[in-house]
Amino acid sequence: MKIGKQTLKLENTPKLLETSSSVGPKEADGPLGNYFDIKVNDIFFGEKTFEKAETKFLTTAINNLLQKVSLQNDKIDYIFSGDLLNQCIASAYSVRDLEIPFFGLYGACSTYVEGMILASILVNSGMGEKIIYSASSHFCSSERQFRMPLEHGNQRPPSAQYTVTGAGCGLITTSKIEKKAPFITYVTPGKIVDLGINDMANMGAAMAPAAVMTILTHLEDTGRKPEYYDAIITGDLGNEGSEILIDLCKKNGVDISKVHTDCGKEIFDTINDRDVNSGGSGCGCIASVFSGYFYQKMKEQKINKVLLVATGALMSPISINQGESIPSIAHAVAIENEVN
Amino acid sequence: MDTNKFNMTKEEYKEYVDKKSENSPILKNVLLAFLVGGIICIIGQVVTNCLIAKNIDEKTAKTFSTVFLIFLGAFLTSFNLYSKLGKYAGAGSVVPITGFSNSIVAPAIEYKAEGYILGLGSNMFKIAGPVLVYGIFCSFIYGVIYYVITMIR
Amino acid sequence: MLMEYLKVFLTGGIICSIAQVLIDKTKITPARILVLFVSLGVVFTGLGLYQHIVDFGKSGATVPISGFGYSLATGVKEAIDEKGFIGIFTGGVTATSAGIAAAVIFGFLGALIAKPKAK
Repeated sequence: MKIGKQTLKLENTPKLLETSSSVGPKEADGPLGNYFDIKVNDIFFGEKTFEKAETKFLTTAINNLLQKVSLQNDKIDYIFSGDLLNQCIASAYSVRDLEIPFFGLYGACSTYVEGMILASILVNSGMGEKIIYSASSHFCSSERQFRMPLEHGNQRPPSAQYTVTGAGCGLITTSKIEKKAPFITYVTPGKIVDLGINDMANMGAAMAPAAVMTILTHLEDTGRKPEYYDAIITGDLGNEGSEILIDLCKKNGVDISKVHTDCGKEIFDTINDRDVNSGGSGCGCIASVFSGYFYQKMKEQKINKVLLVATGALMSPISINQGESIPSIAHAVAIENEVN
Repeated sequence: MDTNKFNMTKEEYKEYVDKKSENSPILKNVLLAFLVGGIICIIGQVVTNCLIAKNIDEKTAKTFSTVFLIFLGAFLTSFNLYSKLGKYAGAGSVVPITGFSNSIVAPAIEYKAEGYILGLGSNMFKIAGPVLVYGIFCSFIYGVIYYVITMIR
Repeated sequence: MLMEYLKVFLTGGIICSIAQVLIDKTKITPARILVLFVSLGVVFTGLGLYQHIVDFGKSGATVPISGFGYSLATGVKEAIDEKGFIGIFTGGVTATSAGIAAAVIFGFLGALIAKPKAK
């Protein structure tokens, strides 16, 4: 049921039954290293190209998910998946052998939550019982997609972020399934916001306003206060973007500073690691950090009410070269251990 | 677009972001660029001087020195070392001719995955191509002007 | 001798520092810096200024990419003096032919042996 401006209340409260994550070497060495399901020491994952490697990260995460819930792929109704590569090839090639009806998504770094929202809506409406959503990114394949060749000796400004190599996925099921798992209670799909930032090395600043809009709208629509949540988790705003988010929310009379955390800040040691600059980014950032770390914390009931907000920058190198600014989006989903 | 939540125009937001963003550590960057750029130039001069000392004429010695630096840049790039240098040296590793060489080898390595002709071959000059285009075109304009002036004289 | 190297170091260092300031202050990307500097090299040579820098700094002025512009421009000038009109077309690339060919050859060989790696 739609409430307020753009939020949906999912009365049948679909369950987020299980999640799965896979990451590359740098992420495995980071502060959250222990929480990921699959850690791969080789950035190529034994493949010949980075694109194939990304595909394998995603495939491995999905297969691991199926194993965790002991389901064959023919028991899955649909799969939603997306990544950062042209024509979403990591997703398409991952799903190629799965024989599950497939929807390809492009929401840049917001894809993980976009998929989660669509899967939850389908399950809530009774159109499916078991739906997988997933997303992936790879540092080397996205550098190539969006920036300079890897071996080019250039510097990255402090506001730049480091694309996470990894994938994450989850299984949304009807609440009829007995197993204890968190529920999806509300979803707030975002609108595109563009405040004119065109600096590809400052994505945090480009995406922060979208996160502000979606978070404020969600709180208005549901009548909740930020303190209602144990954590408001954004995807990959990084250090700078997070500061801007908190700042702009405050200007609207909403203080989220006590409950806000950002996957991009959590996944790397942004203080001591020179390379990551402002933090992690990419679809794989929120995908691996939520699937690995935060979902685990929810299962352990260390946190019970979460607002997960994934932000995405929807430009392409072509549009940037043509002088366009960066249109940004943020999707939010409320995940709670108890339903009242 | 409903931007009244922000109470700021695009210009104001840009200004706000510029103020907010952490500046590059410019003094440190410039010092490192100076140091590395200067050293690369010294290497070039040492090679030139050594060759001149061996009775090779100056022009050939200079050309040889350029070829050597280009080799050095390509060599360091193919062993994944030039990007490590670039992280610290910035413009100090971009501007010398070794950086030109790096900008040719880097995409060539990366696009090898798409094959030797449409990958490596066609992407080799992805970054360095414009340098040749604008360098040669500028020299053409200069040539025309110079030619006209010599004609008038 | 030592003085000569000091001059080389200073000249090369200053040219690179100017580029670094431009990158940090104006967000001009390194790829554009290369184009800017090679073009400026041609322009300053044309104005007769770059020759003084080369006389002072030697490799310090010729090794940076602006020196590539200097070679192009001086090449064009000399070729026009020698061969007239056709020199406009032959001079630049002839003067820089060794550099361009070396870049293609070593670039190709380097790419053959190398494997891409994450930073």
